[in-house]
Amino acid sequence: MTIRLRAPRRLAAAATAGALALSLAACGGTTKDSASDSGDAKAGGNASANPNAPLKKGLKLAFLPKQVNNPYETIVDNAGIAAAKEFGGEAKEVGPSDASASSQVSYINTLIQQRHDAILIAANDENAVCGPLKQAMSKNIKIVAYDSDTNPDCRDLFINQASSEEIGRSEVKLLSEQIGGEGEIAILSATANATNQNTWIKFMQDELKKPEYSKMKLVKVAYGDDDDQKSFQQTQGLLQAYPNLKGIISPTTVGIAAAARYISGSKYKGKVALTGLGTPDQMRKFVKDGTVKGFELWDPKNLGYLAAFAAAALSSGQITGAEGEKFKAGKLGERTIGANGEVILGPPTVFDAKNIDQYHF
Amino acid sequence: MSRLMRWETAVTLLLVLVFASGAGFSPDFANNDNLSFALDDLSEIALIALPMTLLVVCGQVDLSVASILGLCSALTGKLWDGGMSIEAIIPLVLVVGVVCGLVNGLLVTRLGLPSLAVTIGTLTLYRGLAYVTLGTGAVSEFPTAYTDLATSSIPGTPIPYPVALFAVLAAVTGVVLHATGVGRSLFAIGAQEDAAYFAGIRVKRIKLILFAVSGLVAGFAGVVYTLRYGSARADNGIGLELAVIAAVLLGGVDFDGGKGTLGGVIAAVLLIGLLRNLLMLNDVSTEVQSIVTGLLLIISVLTPRLIAVAREARGRRRGARPAVPAAAP
Repeated sequence: MTIRLRAPRRLAAAATAGALALSLAACGGTTKDSASDSGDAKAGGNASANPNAPLKKGLKLAFLPKQVNNPYETIVDNAGIAAAKEFGGEAKEVGPSDASASSQVSYINTLIQQRHDAILIAANDENAVCGPLKQAMSKNIKIVAYDSDTNPDCRDLFINQASSEEIGRSEVKLLSEQIGGEGEIAILSATANATNQNTWIKFMQDELKKPEYSKMKLVKVAYGDDDDQKSFQQTQGLLQAYPNLKGIISPTTVGIAAAARYISGSKYKGKVALTGLGTPDQMRKFVKDGTVKGFELWDPKNLGYLAAFAAAALSSGQITGAEGEKFKAGKLGERTIGANGEVILGPPTVFDAKNIDQYHF
Repeated sequence: MSRLMRWETAVTLLLVLVFASGAGFSPDFANNDNLSFALDDLSEIALIALPMTLLVVCGQVDLSVASILGLCSALTGKLWDGGMSIEAIIPLVLVVGVVCGLVNGLLVTRLGLPSLAVTIGTLTLYRGLAYVTLGTGAVSEFPTAYTDLATSSIPGTPIPYPVALFAVLAAVTGVVLHATGVGRSLFAIGAQEDAAYFAGIRVKRIKLILFAVSGLVAGFAGVVYTLRYGSARADNGIGLELAVIAAVLLGGVDFDGGKGTLGGVIAAVLLIGLLRNLLMLNDVSTEVQSIVTGLLLIISVLTPRLIAVAREARGRRRGARPAVPAAAP
């Protein structure tokens, strides 16, 4: 037998070695504070834009969603693929079957090898895709993030569904219309530390300060943690704790669906208004049974359409991604690039009994 | 089977075939950038496949490796966020990997539980700990010197640094498995554990050490993964254990233990990786890719058995019973 050392002694030896390495390492080394060199220059940032350049023909675009076969992303990407036909380009959708952080990386490499003109990506992890995207940019492939942004260093543009301010303020306006501008209201959010949720809520609170909402009073922000069961219970809790509650805003697709399910089966149906951000497929039956009068979300078709035109404008040299540049996005008209290379799709679409059957996602 | 007709020879031939057809028909395949990327993409699977080969040869399996990877990635992120240096984090994380492996090993050897059941349990346990450590968020902004090291290649070659490291570890593992007494012991345990025990092989100790090494390498793969993607997350590497085990089985290692070669496993890792890369370059969808890999795996498990059955049938037709030791007079 070649293995002779007794296990306890082996363990002790390993532990000593570990401790030794630790104490050595503690003397110096790379820490978070000593490494502050992330400010890479943006690739292609020195190119100049020619707003009058025509859109190139035969551009090759690729959509890389978070996950293929996700109904929402399929709508976005198919609209983008159709848009590419409008300007004489070709586009395709490729992507992983799971939405894990690293699963998109090998697809980016493939698209680089296939020499696409632009990669459009809805990132699963803003940093995990960064390395290969930078490599793509160094080979003059344009990167457009849509739906879910990457680290700004790693893309030329981000097509934002709607501005946070617009979402926050419009939710308050929508609810105010539904409850006649007065009464107690509550918010059912996702998690307490969700950045996007908190930004929206901040703008809701600011909007409520306007004189026209002086009779509306925000009594509570509840958190359902984007968990169906918990959101359901939180709704129940809100309605019991505040018997005079007139309306709830739930700016999360999980929260609004759970709240609608609770309200539709309770005595509060028709008495307490519910609005927020949801998908038409989830909310259809609650709109039809009168639980919900109207809710909103961006139109995913327009998101894909705008992203495709933005990629074409970049690849044709009309824009470089700098703030203030303008480009034409087909039937959507002109868009201007904002701060941080963001392009905003526009105000969210309100879905109600009149139009909900036109949308399937 | 004769030596030339061994399964691992077939896998190697298939690998050569995939490479040649890729180089011949796909202009974007055999260039430095793509090969280097395809190899780098295999880093963690390849690393973890080394101890997994030893375990499976020994009749064991470790399904918790990807969760250990995730836990170590989450821990790397947490400590980095707390201001610790990478040089201090790495040994600490490796110790955690070893501890995870020891827990598996102790449960298997002291309580006599089957490794499949134990590591299904710790697969969930370690992943849970990873989420407790870091939640659902991500830690990034690792120093570029380290992230570059994880993604760039040795100058002038398509060989990424993690793969070069893998090559060294693979050489060590190959020697241990095929040219030392320890290696012979592993095959003996896998073939007939009781016999090995009575032959004086310290079965439990060897198993315990193997699980510890498996945890160590999985922890190390966690660090590589974190730096390669520049993103520490609790869900990193989810499902990776299946890719590793698929490679080990495709490489011709018998899941029942006692049979297999490291060369076969390495050829299988490369085959799966390059095949996937080639399919992607040809716009074959993700679904079809998994069908191809799945079929390949089933064929690899089925073929040796079919050959054995066919041989037996032929033997019967000739009237000669398959090699049964002659009864003593």
